Amino acid sequence: MAQLDRSQKLEILADAAKYDASCASSGSIKRGSSKTGGIGSTTGMGICHSYAPDGRCISLLKILLTNYCMFDCHYCINRSSSGVRRAAFTVDEVVDLTLDFYKRNYIEGLFLSSGIIRSPDYTMELLVQVAKKLRIEHKFGGYIHLKTIPEADPDLLADAGLYADRLSINIELPSDAAIEEFAPEKSGPLIRKTMADLSGRITEAKVERRKSRKAPLFAPGGHSTQMIVGADASDDAAILQTSSKLYTGVGLKRVYYSAFSPIPDASKRLPLAAPPLMREHRLYQADWMLRFYGFSVSEILGGAQGGHLDLEVDPKLAWALMNRDQFPVDLNRAPREMLLRVPGLGTKGVGAILRARRFGRLRLADVERLCRSTKKMRAWIIAADWHPGRWLDGANLRSKMVRPARQMELFAA
Amino acid sequence: MIRIALASQTDIAGWREAARKLLLAGVIPARVEFNIGTETLFDEGDPIPPPGDRKPVISKELLGDIQTALLHSDPERFALAYRIVFRAQTQPKIHQNPADPDMYTLRALAKSVRRDIHKMHAFVRFRKVGEENGRESFVSWFEPEHHITEAVAKFFQNRFTGMNWLIVTPEASIAWDGKKLEVGPGGQKSDVPQEDAVESEWKTYYASIFNPARLKTKAMMAEMPAKYWKNLPEAALIPGLTREAEARMNAMIDNASPDGENAPAIAVKETQAPAHASGGFDGLKPLYDALRAANDWPREDFSDRLVPGEGPKDARMMFVGEQPGDQEDQAGRPFVGPAGQLLDRAFAAAQIDRGEAYVTNAVKRFKFVQRGKRRIHSKPSNDDIEYYRWWLEQERQVVEPQVIVALGATAVRALTGKTLTISRNRSQLIDYIGSSKLLITVHPSYLLRLPDGAGQKVEFEKLVRDLSLAKSALPA
Ligand code: SF4
Repeated sequence: MAQLDRSQKLEILADAAKYDASCASSGSIKRGSSKTGGIGSTTGMGICHSYAPDGRCISLLKILLTNYCMFDCHYCINRSSSGVRRAAFTVDEVVDLTLDFYKRNYIEGLFLSSGIIRSPDYTMELLVQVAKKLRIEHKFGGYIHLKTIPEADPDLLADAGLYADRLSINIELPSDAAIEEFAPEKSGPLIRKTMADLSGRITEAKVERRKSRKAPLFAPGGHSTQMIVGADASDDAAILQTSSKLYTGVGLKRVYYSAFSPIPDASKRLPLAAPPLMREHRLYQADWMLRFYGFSVSEILGGAQGGHLDLEVDPKLAWALMNRDQFPVDLNRAPREMLLRVPGLGTKGVGAILRARRFGRLRLADVERLCRSTKKMRAWIIAADWHPGRWLDGANLRSKMVRPARQMELFAA
Repeated sequence: MIRIALASQTDIAGWREAARKLLLAGVIPARVEFNIGTETLFDEGDPIPPPGDRKPVISKELLGDIQTALLHSDPERFALAYRIVFRAQTQPKIHQNPADPDMYTLRALAKSVRRDIHKMHAFVRFRKVGEENGRESFVSWFEPEHHITEAVAKFFQNRFTGMNWLIVTPEASIAWDGKKLEVGPGGQKSDVPQEDAVESEWKTYYASIFNPARLKTKAMMAEMPAKYWKNLPEAALIPGLTREAEARMNAMIDNASPDGENAPAIAVKETQAPAHASGGFDGLKPLYDALRAANDWPREDFSDRLVPGEGPKDARMMFVGEQPGDQEDQAGRPFVGPAGQLLDRAFAAAQIDRGEAYVTNAVKRFKFVQRGKRRIHSKPSNDDIEYYRWWLEQERQVVEPQVIVALGATAVRALTGKTLTISRNRSQLIDYIGSSKLLITVHPSYLLRLPDGAGQKVEFEKLVRDLSLAKSALPA
């Protein structure tokens, strides 16, 4: 086969990376290039430089070092038995491409992942080389996210943390049994152990940094993972329980959910269906409830049917419908925790209400201003000039709350 | 009416100065008008009354919001800001009340400015214009909605310290040469080059990272409104990508084999009997005698010795390797060297009794190049394989195994007459001649070439899985 040029490789290796949901470039330290004279900064916030027609933000150059892979994970387009076109970048090609894109302000940094070639160690070493070269040789101050390979030597992962802002290890499937079935070369326990090790190192480095500004950084943006939704039979309950364990057990910063999408030359064991985008959306909402609204998994799943979240209403509303006795909530009195449970009220809105109510009793019009809209929450709240009356007792409350069924923007133009 | 003339759209210092004087004099907001530049030249308005003795106070937080909001393009912003600071003199906590209408408006302005700043951080696209003394130079054209150009300069300086750059907007330009940041007059789109070599790669990336199975244009539009598109090179691709998305996704679903159960049979290319030979051997010994006696085999670089297959004539499984190696050549037996030992271990792990299997090679003699005292393995050519194909097929007919395992590319070529990618075809039971099954996997020597133990372990387990799968195809 003729040698591929950088553009052709880019086409193949960006295409292969598009199934990874993680893209965020946030949560790291602040860094600039004024002092180093190099290129690149991180603001701690992350900037989306563009948006693809799939609605997802493009903030990082998200590519694979190579899509050759000796593993054979059924859900993955790069698995060894897939017939996709293969390509491999050299370390220098990735470094140059990152810098070329960064200098034109197309991206915030690099998200580098890879199929496993020759051996996990060999592959991990190449990934580390890219990051190291960018940081040391080119004084690159932009964001670097490396996908690590759990099967690689822990020392290599430790190296990766020195140069990367964030590390991730994709668990992909929520149960060990599913991993064994769909990713025969991988092991659930090993993945979790690697995550726990990383967590330990991240915490350790943070403690050291507090003592001395000179202590080395280690993955200051934390670590994350991705789970594929809809490739195997796992239900939402299994997925959320796994997420919750990962958040509390191994200190994960984020769990990304990726609706399984049809891939070219799919393994025969996978569903041939449109991606369950609405399910993915509900899982993100539930995940948010776990992380920011103080819900437990069992509360969220209280209204689930057969282990699955309600697709018609969002999980917070589903919970409220099941727990009507706790409503209406008086916006002028209720504690923060309860405000956070009001359907249609987010963390920002709650903050604004808490601040505003120190100045006087809030009326519906005030709330309208603070939260943009009260449409979703009216049935659940009491304000100075508002009480939902017997609304909550109505038998048809749920049907009133359900927006007319609509196709999840799959092909909305 | 008191008319305040500000020097420019971004003359925040001028507004602060005026606001301080007005507050000192206790001037009510209704009596003040703010104008930009020359607009007030011909109408001076009333003078600001002399200062009283109450010192104006403004909280730092409020001032922060005001400074941001004043970059907005709304002409009323200066008056609004003055009204708020005036009210703050009697209601010092006004800025803490998000429900206050003036504050609400101010915050909305500030928010819109911050968003515009954010979008400028995001959507500036540099084009490279040259390189001098090792420093690259880049230029960009951008059209912000508000008066933010100067405000973003620091961000770009901190991000792009190591290169020279210039950003031109209709109202102002900012430039960095490694030493100082300069603000200059505005310009036009035609002032900056319209091309850059890397831009086409960026577009390639943009098109490739988009997953057509997840089209959500509304979400995209919300974050990247069409007003920014004209200066984003990748935006030109959006209509096409959107249009083709559904068809591309359906094609992916359609292309997957619909029944998905049975692996496709591979059409086996017929083997050619050599001159003077005829098939139908009634045993392995006569077959190998005939092969030994045949005088037409490719001799170049080959050992003279023939290494026959090994195992019971009625074996139910047959394993086909590439060719004998150095040790096999000397021992006259297949798979006794390092690769053979590895295969033995894999057999053990898959619970296959080698004594019950038939093990042979596609090419029956060792091909090598001599290097000093060493004989280095050399790959058999397609002609070499072609020569032995017929013999291999005779061997298969004698043994009549139910499952055949092709170890590596040479075996696959010998068994099918075709060059097939191992990775694509391995690990599945393929319908083969008669009712037999063919399973393709790697040659054990491939594992020996992997650089470390971890890689070998992974591949070993895969090999064992393949062998187990082959074994599972045997009728119980
Ligand atoms: S290891 Fe990663 S790249 Fe390789 S097949 Fe599995 S998921 Fe795909």
